[in-house]
Amino acid sequence: MASITLEGLKKTYSGDVQAVKGVDLEVHDGEFVVLVGPSGCGKSTLLRMVAGLETITEGTLKIGDRVVNKLEPAERDIAMVFQNYALYPHMTVYNNLAYGLKNRGFNKDEIEKRVQVAAEMLEIEEFLDRKPRKLSGGQRQRVAMGRALVREPAAFLFDEPLSNLDAKLRVQMRVEIKQLQRRLKTTSLYVTHDQLEAMTLGDRLVVLNAGQIEQVGTPMQIYARPATMFVAGFIGSPAMNMVPVEYLHARGANGLLDNLPEGTDIVGIRPDDMHLAPPAGQHLIVESTLQLFEAAGAESHLYVNLADSDQPTVIRVSGQPPVAEGETLRFYVTRDALHPFNSTTGQRTGD
Amino acid sequence: MQTKRMTFPGHWLPYALLAPQVIITLIFFIWPAGQALYQSLLREDAFGIKTTFVGLENFARLFRDGDYLNSLSVTAVFAVGTTLISMGLALLMATTVNRMIRSRSTYTTLLVWPYAIAPAIAGVLWWFIFNPSIGIVPYLLDMVGYRWNHRTSGNDAMMLVIFAAAWKQISYNFLFFLAGLQSIPQSLIEAAAIDGASPLKRFWTVVFPLLSPTTFFLLVVNVVYAMFDTFGIIHATTEGGPSQATNTLVYKVYADGFVGLNLGSSAAQSVILMAIVVVLTIIQFRFIERRVNY
Ligand SMILES: Nc1ncnc2c1ncn2[C@@H]1O[C@H](COP(=O)(O)OP(=O)(O)OP(=O)(O)O)[C@@H](O)[C@H]1O
Ligand SMILES: [Mg+2]
Repeated sequence: MASITLEGLKKTYSGDVQAVKGVDLEVHDGEFVVLVGPSGCGKSTLLRMVAGLETITEGTLKIGDRVVNKLEPAERDIAMVFQNYALYPHMTVYNNLAYGLKNRGFNKDEIEKRVQVAAEMLEIEEFLDRKPRKLSGGQRQRVAMGRALVREPAAFLFDEPLSNLDAKLRVQMRVEIKQLQRRLKTTSLYVTHDQLEAMTLGDRLVVLNAGQIEQVGTPMQIYARPATMFVAGFIGSPAMNMVPVEYLHARGANGLLDNLPEGTDIVGIRPDDMHLAPPAGQHLIVESTLQLFEAAGAESHLYVNLADSDQPTVIRVSGQPPVAEGETLRFYVTRDALHPFNSTTGQRTGD
Repeated sequence: MQTKRMTFPGHWLPYALLAPQVIITLIFFIWPAGQALYQSLLREDAFGIKTTFVGLENFARLFRDGDYLNSLSVTAVFAVGTTLISMGLALLMATTVNRMIRSRSTYTTLLVWPYAIAPAIAGVLWWFIFNPSIGIVPYLLDMVGYRWNHRTSGNDAMMLVIFAAAWKQISYNFLFFLAGLQSIPQSLIEAAAIDGASPLKRFWTVVFPLLSPTTFFLLVVNVVYAMFDTFGIIHATTEGGPSQATNTLVYKVYADGFVGLNLGSSAAQSVILMAIVVVLTIIQFRFIERRVNY
């Protein structure tokens, strides 16, 4: 058990590719932190620097109180779960789990005991004699988890461990990983580009963009108060709608927009905050044309173009409202649903 | 598996297209093989006038012949030595080159060159390098106190042909090992590193086992090469000598048949070689199909 501290961590690949441009982060002891961001933003690079698989160009990395910048992966007391699982194909599941323990000189009985405990926890006891090739994707995923946890390391590192599974299995494994981590209380750093996975798994989220941290916070903090336009667009699905303040003024804002913070020229509105029925209290009224109606079971997505502006916008409503494509729709937004941003800096302006 | 089927308009075209291959096989393989089989049962007198049918007598004689038994063990030593050296060095080079990033293709190209050199040329090259009177290696060895002379020392001669034969095969083995290494996912090696295995241990417990299909394939190919494809090298360097020390089975077929003009015995020897090839091929197909280890 240990914390992981990143201080000004930078990675420059040969050819002047700056993959990570200075990251400061503290993962507390026992905490589950998720690194999330679009493809190519440097998540894997950051994780691999923590694992010791990638050299650190600049900055300090601590696991517990030790500076581990120069230590070999094996000396950092971490375990990693890879996206492709990286199981040893020529070894049985048992030996896959035992390999790390054998290398560290554990005695036979201890190895046997630990492998049994891990196998039981992950329900893979019946596969212990099989080779990985004879397992399904989900079972391989469990074995990969097992290999990480038999060692009882100070920290788990996950690099998109669920992205090779089908949607249903992914949800199931997500729940299991979360429960496992709660039970073991092992410090975990988890990389994903799936914002839903990030929201549901993490105690805290780190949103990464182009090698830099955009925002750190609990999932709900980030959802409720995205610090930048990038985070606003990245977290939440469907993505937050961005509407220029000028447009709303022109459509008649009834003084509702007068108290927006200084510098606000664009506001974000979550698809769920656009209501088809007028809410109590003061609100904006926006007209639009329904382009596409998407029924998704318990909820529906309405793809509309704002009147006189052609700006595509998404509305999420529960159930299936009686609307037809091509119809003109009115929707209503309250003042507290607006996220104010400055479109030049991309930063939130207040609230 | 579904294969694409081609239909020809007439019946003669497919046969015509196959014909060149069939004719070549018949003329250069089936017919000589049949001839060898037939001749191995005959004995010809010294002037080539009279031939008599002797049954398996030629074979029986071979296995009573000290020279032939010696040739068998010479071949075994030669094949094992050549295979070990060429595969060992090739694996070493492949692992080294595989770790390079920018210079990988340059080294690969350079390392493949020896393969393009004809066996006889390679033999002559080694003949010069190891020539006891003018060669550079004997000169250097002399400085450390070793008197190299493969014309008088059987061991020196054996080492020379093994080096020459192995050197030529390294390129081929290198390419296969390199391809094998590159097909091993990097994440496996990283996982092993995190699992606390030292680089050497990673190699022996992860990389080498995963290479085993390649290794086995190369093992068979190299044994076949050493046994059958090294005539040129031996001919150009030692000519089987001194006193039979490097007279491998293949070279002996030539020496007995074309130089010694004992066609019956030579034919019997080639029949035995044919049998060895058949056995090696069967082993190869058996194991390759089952794949080794995993
Ligand atoms: N070995 C390398 N050499 C040079 N550039 C690299 C190397 N590895 C990664 N990069 C670059 O660094 C940047 C970050 O890559 P990284 O793999 O960390 O992205 P990621 O956030 O994990 O993306 P994904 O979600 O697609 O896995 C990318 O622009 C990538 O092209
Ligand atoms: Mg990645």
